[in-house]
Amino acid sequence: MTKALSKTFLIRHPSTLWVLASLGLFTLIVSVLSEAAGTGLISTSFVKTLGKTLCLCLIAIAMDVVWGYCGILSLGHFAFFGIGGYAIGMWLMYARTEAIVAQNLSANLIPPTDSEISDAIATQIFGVVGASEFPAIWAFSHSLTLQLLMVLLVPGLLALVFGWLAFRSRVTGVYLSILTQAMTLALALYLFQNDSGLRGNNGLSGLQNIPGFEATSQAVISLAFFWASALALALGYLLFAWVTAGKMGSVIRAIRDDEARVRFLGYQVESYKLFVFTLTAVVSGIAGALYYPQAGIINPAEIAPIASIYLAVWVAIGGRGKLYGAIIGAVFVSLLSSYFTGGSAPDINLGFYVIKWTDWWLVLLGLSFVAVTLLFPGGIASLFDKLARKQ
Amino acid sequence: MLRALLTVLTLLCLPAAVLAQDLQPLLQENQAQIAKPSRKKVGPVLDALVGSGLPQAQEFLEKWQGKEVYQRQEDGLFFYAVKGDGGLVLTDIDSGETATIDAKAMKQIKPNGGVRKAIGEALVQFQLSSPDLTRRQEAVTALARNLDPAQLGALEASISGETDAALKARKEQLVTYLTARFGDTPETRIAAINTLSGDIRVETRAVLSQILTTKTLSTQSQPDANVAGTLSLPREEAYALLVETQDLPAPLTNDVIRKALEANIEGGKVAGVSAASLNTIAARNTAYDALAASGKAPARVSESDITQALATWTIYEVYEDPDPAVTAAAKAAQDAVNTKVAVSQTADLALDALSLTSIYFLAAIGLAITFGVMGVINMAHGEFIMMGAYTGYVVQLFIPNYTVSLIVALPLAFAVTFAAGVAMERLVIRWLYNRPLETLLATFGVSIALQQLAKNIFGTQARPLTSPGWLDGALVFNDVIQISYIRIAIFVLALLFLALLLFILKRTRLGLETRAVTQNPRMAASMGINPDRIKMLTFGLGSGIAGIAGVAIGLYAKVTSEMGSDYIVQSFMTVVVGGVGNIWGTLAGASMIGTLQKGIEWLNPSNTLAAQTYMILFIILFIQFRPKGIVALKGRAAGD
Repeated sequence: MTKALSKTFLIRHPSTLWVLASLGLFTLIVSVLSEAAGTGLISTSFVKTLGKTLCLCLIAIAMDVVWGYCGILSLGHFAFFGIGGYAIGMWLMYARTEAIVAQNLSANLIPPTDSEISDAIATQIFGVVGASEFPAIWAFSHSLTLQLLMVLLVPGLLALVFGWLAFRSRVTGVYLSILTQAMTLALALYLFQNDSGLRGNNGLSGLQNIPGFEATSQAVISLAFFWASALALALGYLLFAWVTAGKMGSVIRAIRDDEARVRFLGYQVESYKLFVFTLTAVVSGIAGALYYPQAGIINPAEIAPIASIYLAVWVAIGGRGKLYGAIIGAVFVSLLSSYFTGGSAPDINLGFYVIKWTDWWLVLLGLSFVAVTLLFPGGIASLFDKLARKQ
Repeated sequence: MLRALLTVLTLLCLPAAVLAQDLQPLLQENQAQIAKPSRKKVGPVLDALVGSGLPQAQEFLEKWQGKEVYQRQEDGLFFYAVKGDGGLVLTDIDSGETATIDAKAMKQIKPNGGVRKAIGEALVQFQLSSPDLTRRQEAVTALARNLDPAQLGALEASISGETDAALKARKEQLVTYLTARFGDTPETRIAAINTLSGDIRVETRAVLSQILTTKTLSTQSQPDANVAGTLSLPREEAYALLVETQDLPAPLTNDVIRKALEANIEGGKVAGVSAASLNTIAARNTAYDALAASGKAPARVSESDITQALATWTIYEVYEDPDPAVTAAAKAAQDAVNTKVAVSQTADLALDALSLTSIYFLAAIGLAITFGVMGVINMAHGEFIMMGAYTGYVVQLFIPNYTVSLIVALPLAFAVTFAAGVAMERLVIRWLYNRPLETLLATFGVSIALQQLAKNIFGTQARPLTSPGWLDGALVFNDVIQISYIRIAIFVLALLFLALLLFILKRTRLGLETRAVTQNPRMAASMGINPDRIKMLTFGLGSGIAGIAGVAIGLYAKVTSEMGSDYIVQSFMTVVVGGVGNIWGTLAGASMIGTLQKGIEWLNPSNTLAAQTYMILFIILFIQFRPKGIVALKGRAAGD
């Protein structure tokens, strides 16, 4: 039954099939070329970069659904991404420190009590911010299952409450954007404090070391995370393709085009918006939970409002209202960004002035962003569409 | 008292004393005490020296204190001497003539510590009554830094002869402080304390709290002391205090118990229990008690022991000052002072909030105009603020006079950002009037580009925008209330802009047309107004004001390429909370946000980040209840 359904669904949406096929092919190529598989043409750090890019693609399609399809320009989805990262980071850090502490205390003649272990872990983790006790929010950090639940629940609940408050009082358009930006800023400022219980400015670190897999090499771990990210992207793409297709997709798009008219037709506009907002927030949280173990460190600066705006930039450049557009944008802009800001791009010597890309990339990005908004509202994806139509 | 009288006499006889007299005979009269002074007997000698009124006496006292006085062995005369080539270089005390002599012929006079202190006190009298004003001021400052009861007499005596009014008042103030703390009778102390009531100077508060210094005292009966009250501490802390003061056994920490157990492991067992099973506190305590019972470790202090100890002993807070009448008066005075300090702090807080309000108002008003008229949000607004600040910085590079450069910078910043605003409107915004969300993103692109451009041109480090000298310093009302002149200037600037904008919008042709376009662009167009031109000019005006705000903000904050992003969210909040398209709304929004932020900071002064977090949360909630802001436009202009 489900198979038949998905078959017809995929046939009706050939672009989905294309995207999934190319994602599968890409994963296969990377796996074969990675160090873990033995060929080593692609370095472990580049596998990590690719894996992270896949996570960014996942949050980009979430952003595309909420903005490109539903018309809510949320400047807060990177906050959900960060929350997901913090949630998984808490477990990673706790479990790893627990292993280290257990090792240290095993030399004692008398076995340690539970409170001694927990105190030692807390001192180890919170020493940098001058605390030695576990804050209440770390209550579940000992359990992977509970923390994984937090990855889903915390962004979901935050989005639910925030969205309910905002949509209920009919905050729309730029007001809503500013409000979500304020939410992001508040969260980032809160996390910057040392007594927030999440190590303030230091953030959580050492996340690339997966407890229980100390013996496994980073090459294998990075490939595993790459696969997990690819799988998450594939599932996320299918989910969003399904959500945006069919009758619900039509209602969501209609809300984007004329909210009042949809309301007068008898649809519960607020419920649809809330559903989309919350669902995409949860997916963003998952993307974050996959991203940060590959990045190795998370700190409040990652959540700052600017990150969410960049997310909007990717989606806009890639092409709004098309899921594959968001993927193109995220891949294109984030890889190009790391190429230009990484210092490997050659400088351009104009004779009277040397253009250093590390300095001028952001200027170029900003201006090209203006140009895309003005001249190609459809983004890069609209070029593909034109080609397809010509054929 | 005698010495004080003598000093007064000295001062009265000052003209007579100026008649050149020699000090040596006086020294010879007291030869024994000067050569071998003792703390007990040196008093009369010092009195005689001070009383002589001789100008050389002060120098002699200083040298005597500094062990630079020598006695010639053969005739017992005193000289100043320093070690030089081939012996001592002698200086005659009266004539100042110098001669070199073999060191063996002289005996150095070394007064002990007690005597040197007595000499020092005698010297203070000299300094307090010195004819040189700076000397007197220095002496008073030194005295104020270290209030010494021994100098009360000298200080009191020097007041009547004081010619400088300010210094006289200061001396009287110090006499009050000294009397309040060290006066002879409780009556004089209480009288002095009462005069301090309601004086909010930091010094006064310190004096009062010193009188009210307490210590803790644990007794079994009512203590024989000036009791301030009983101290109720948490159980552990209270017992720890008793352990410290009453020689009670200290409770054993888990760490100590663990170590004791570890020390007594025999063949993997402690007191008959396997060591591997001791992984709970309860198990460890049981094992330790068994250990203690066998006499291998001191017994644990049980909870009932602690309860009993706390029941027997009461911990009192006791004033160090024994007189209850004095402490009661000081307490009353302190309460009065605290009330007044609280009032002053509120006033100070209000001033702070006012200055923050004016900064937010200046930063947001330009945004409010563009947002109100065009319904588009300009994310590059913060970068216009930055451009204004950098304009001020560049002007200062060319014009070294800060006042002139400021006068040039303000209109120039307006011109630069006006031009930038008009250019942006023509090139970007006018193509996007029907797509507000995309305007937001496009202007954000401009904002990224401008920020990075500024970084490329001016570098990442902060650039100074120095304010002219007359804006330095602060207007001080008292020790609590003060406000810096720059903040006053920003307040005045904000007021000026409020007035100017009100004038432009309500009294000029441009304002009329702007309001018409704001309310209904199509109707305005059919009345012959060119909405394009109006939108362009309004956008330029809003951007220009951002430039001026940038100069103002740059004066008290550092100019960096990121300064715009510090203000942009706050500016949006101000506009949204206040209500779009209304100057009064922006003012209301700025007042609310400014006051709120200062209020929250006051509740939690150590953490400005938390204040900002809570303020944003409050604003998010506020928008739920008034989505259109404090001052909402009515009718068609309100949109949707």
